[in-house]
Amino acid sequence: MKLAYWMYAGPAHIGTLRIVSSFKNVHAIMHAPLGDDYFNVMRSMLERERNFTPVTTSVVDRHVLARGSQDKIVNNINRKDKEETPDLIVLTPTCTSSILQEDLENFVERASMESTADVLLADVNHYRVNELEAADRTLEQIVRFYLEKAKKENQLCLEKTEKPSVNIIGITNLGFHHQHDCRELKKLFADLDIQINVIMPETAAVTDLKYLTRAWFNIIPYREIGLLTAQYLKKEYGMSYIDINPIGLIETVRFLTTIQKCLNQSINCIESKDLVLNNIQIFLKNTWFNNDYNKQICNPIGKKTIVFGSSTHAASLTKILTKEMGIHVLCSGTYCVYDKDWFFEQVLHFCNKILITEDHTKIGDFIAKSEPNAILGTQMERHLGKRLNIPCGVISAPVHIQNFPLSYKPFIGFEGIKHICDLIYNCFTFGISHSLLSIFEQKQINTTKINQINENIDLIWDIEAQNELKKIPGFVRGRIQRNIEILAREKNINLINVEVLYALKEIVADN
Amino acid sequence: MTITNSTEISFECETGNYHTFCPISCVAWLYQKIEDSFFLVIGTKTCGYFLQNSMGVMIFSEPRYAMAELEEADISAQLKDYEELKRLCLKIKKDRNPSVIFWIGTCTTEIIKMDLEGMAPKLESEIDIPIVVARANGLDYAFTQGEDTVLAAIAQRCCEKITNLKENYNIFYSFINFGKKKINASVDEQKQVNHSPLILFGSLPEPIIRQLTLELKKQQIKISGWLPSKRYIELPILKEGGFVCSVHPYLSRTATVLIRKGKCKLINAPFPIGPDGTKAWIEKICSALDVTPIGLDEREKQIWESLEEYTQLIKGKTVFFMGDNLLETSLARFLIRCGMIVYEIGIPYMDKRFQAAELALLQKTCLETGVPIPTIVEKPDNHNQINRIMELRPDLVITGMAHANPLEARGINTKWSVEFIFEQIHGFVNAKNILKLITRPLLRNQKLKALGWQNF
Repeated sequence: MKLAYWMYAGPAHIGTLRIVSSFKNVHAIMHAPLGDDYFNVMRSMLERERNFTPVTTSVVDRHVLARGSQDKIVNNINRKDKEETPDLIVLTPTCTSSILQEDLENFVERASMESTADVLLADVNHYRVNELEAADRTLEQIVRFYLEKAKKENQLCLEKTEKPSVNIIGITNLGFHHQHDCRELKKLFADLDIQINVIMPETAAVTDLKYLTRAWFNIIPYREIGLLTAQYLKKEYGMSYIDINPIGLIETVRFLTTIQKCLNQSINCIESKDLVLNNIQIFLKNTWFNNDYNKQICNPIGKKTIVFGSSTHAASLTKILTKEMGIHVLCSGTYCVYDKDWFFEQVLHFCNKILITEDHTKIGDFIAKSEPNAILGTQMERHLGKRLNIPCGVISAPVHIQNFPLSYKPFIGFEGIKHICDLIYNCFTFGISHSLLSIFEQKQINTTKINQINENIDLIWDIEAQNELKKIPGFVRGRIQRNIEILAREKNINLINVEVLYALKEIVADN
Repeated sequence: MTITNSTEISFECETGNYHTFCPISCVAWLYQKIEDSFFLVIGTKTCGYFLQNSMGVMIFSEPRYAMAELEEADISAQLKDYEELKRLCLKIKKDRNPSVIFWIGTCTTEIIKMDLEGMAPKLESEIDIPIVVARANGLDYAFTQGEDTVLAAIAQRCCEKITNLKENYNIFYSFINFGKKKINASVDEQKQVNHSPLILFGSLPEPIIRQLTLELKKQQIKISGWLPSKRYIELPILKEGGFVCSVHPYLSRTATVLIRKGKCKLINAPFPIGPDGTKAWIEKICSALDVTPIGLDEREKQIWESLEEYTQLIKGKTVFFMGDNLLETSLARFLIRCGMIVYEIGIPYMDKRFQAAELALLQKTCLETGVPIPTIVEKPDNHNQINRIMELRPDLVITGMAHANPLEARGINTKWSVEFIFEQIHGFVNAKNILKLITRPLLRNQKLKALGWQNF
């Protein structure tokens, strides 16, 4: 047993559901108790999704506990098959249902005999893997299933496309800025004159998967999701993959040159050098790097910071901060403990300390002790920063609704680096302006207080009413007090007690 | 279809495939309510993830709750539950020093049959902190019923205290409360009618408690205690033959414990939601305590008048409750009184006995306003409901967040049902809050109507 208040990566089934609901026309059926379908709320709320999330529950209740699911799961699968006619239904166990040790494989087999949809059982151990690992596995499982199926039916397209083409693997819903990154990648490949073969799982249909092998190569923009699939495709079909995360100027350039190298081996057809130079020139011209004012006032060079997040984003940001901006990274860390070797290798030379942990209090303690000028982390670090009065930029999941901006904010590619610069720059300037503001504010408070006292002279609040007033949240208390006092004067009331308070509050509540 | 012309309420039961919150969500409001408590949810990552996400920013304010996250070794019984729980509870005691620790049992503890009720008394005496066990799991309960399981467990404690420690506790309380003002300290004791003791149950924020206390004080009724109290050590003392009354429609288990174990008499009243409900609630309490109500009609009339600008907006509009929090019957009854037409009342669970007075008032309201009596659909099936909604196209659907955005995108106004749990809606004063919630989406979409973006 572990005492836990906060977790960075969710439970396994969330990962599976993210993959399943990213595909077009695929339905997930959770084998779970009532209330475990919180995924639907998150997707609808965070992604502001316009469609019903294709996830339903085959509810585990007392009856299931006593007698087993029996026909319930099979009926639910076949019912969904008729209602929604999906291409694929994925039966998803949860932590709870997996200890029931029902033979779900058997249900899947029985259901698939009747259904027109394919039926799969998500193959993840709920006590050994987290959201990200599960997502990685489920994606590979689905790809493997459809490639093998296509092979059996002799429908696999092994012939490569005429022009160079690429598969983008690992774009999912509820991913941190994935939608924007995806658009940026599309633009990047359009500029390079490389066709996009399949983007998956987001926007892909499972029926597209048999065309995967037509691409010349694969890219995995994020370390966490897609690697297993890429490895499988390499092993089975000899497809090479690029797993550089194109975040930051240097890494984007490395990403592009690697693509070029990769393609030039087979055919010499593109020239990315112009693209790179062009973009860097535009970038340098537009940014604050060259602005004299900023150089003098708010130059973050040499400032101290702490980075924490998913392995992709934490590693990339650490490199950007040290190599591209000259900021001192005191500590770089990730919660992807299962992949710690990779992370260690990535940031080894770019920070004083490496922290690989799932425990938010360890990062909190380090932040409190080392007092950085700014933090780049997740929502949790943002709140830690708030408490310690240190500005924080959010660079990684876990996410809130404000991490799903409507405006175009990729992290990847040339547009991404502009966004990252804004983020980092704003963090540091915010810290400065905040401290300046607090100096000015102190003077103002004194004058406003005097005004209030003058106004209050003819009115008396008895102690109970005062206590009641104190219970009103601070940000509206002043307004409510003022309204009540105005009303009391109108009604010629001098003493405000609880009863009067409530009577008046009823009247002013609307305003 | 769902509308019938019968004068009786018809009940249906569907498949139970619906979205709702897990009952462990009750810790979110109960830890705030019971200030000296600590809630330990014994479950898996799934439970933790749900709480972390559903509690929103609360999670960052060092809440007095934590997960005892079960790992593989716990499931396969390689670790001893008792030792593990002891270790965690000692840590909680050291770090937070609460007056009580609540163990919230989850689906997983049910399935692996972890004997929480058996372990609690033993550990309680060993670490010297009361441990109260509530099984708020998704196998048996939905959303607000979580509070019911916790309050039922607390009620059980109150009942044990009567038999065991009654005298000691009385002395203890008078000591604790010495020099401290009680809730109704300002009440002029002489003015009050001498009636049987009354205890109200249901968790409400402090301002509403004060408002309801004042309303009853106007009828010269004194509340002897609340379950739950602000602090665990101030739990009310039940008296055999005393009266109890609920403020929420979802507390049927707590009521059962109070009746059977506490030997209390339950005042079966409609719930104090909306001015009509509040009036009926007070009337029932008055009649049970043999007090003649004063000025209630006037008070109700006055509240209805103040609501007029809102009731004008919703008069004749139709509404559909998908059902996820058990407040549905009371809210529907109030909205019908406001002039709305309710197509369907979805509800997770309906205790017809506990809600008897509320159901009778619903029926009466429908007959008086000449509105067809809506069907109550227990354990609804969301898929079927969506089909019915698309067919009926109600003016407003009250539903969870999973369906809200997709329905809005299909041109149907929605109100997020969970807000009724966290907004102040009880009593005369707060009726306006309910209508504000109801009219907000209608007003917003009315303003956007001119843009012609409703049909997608």
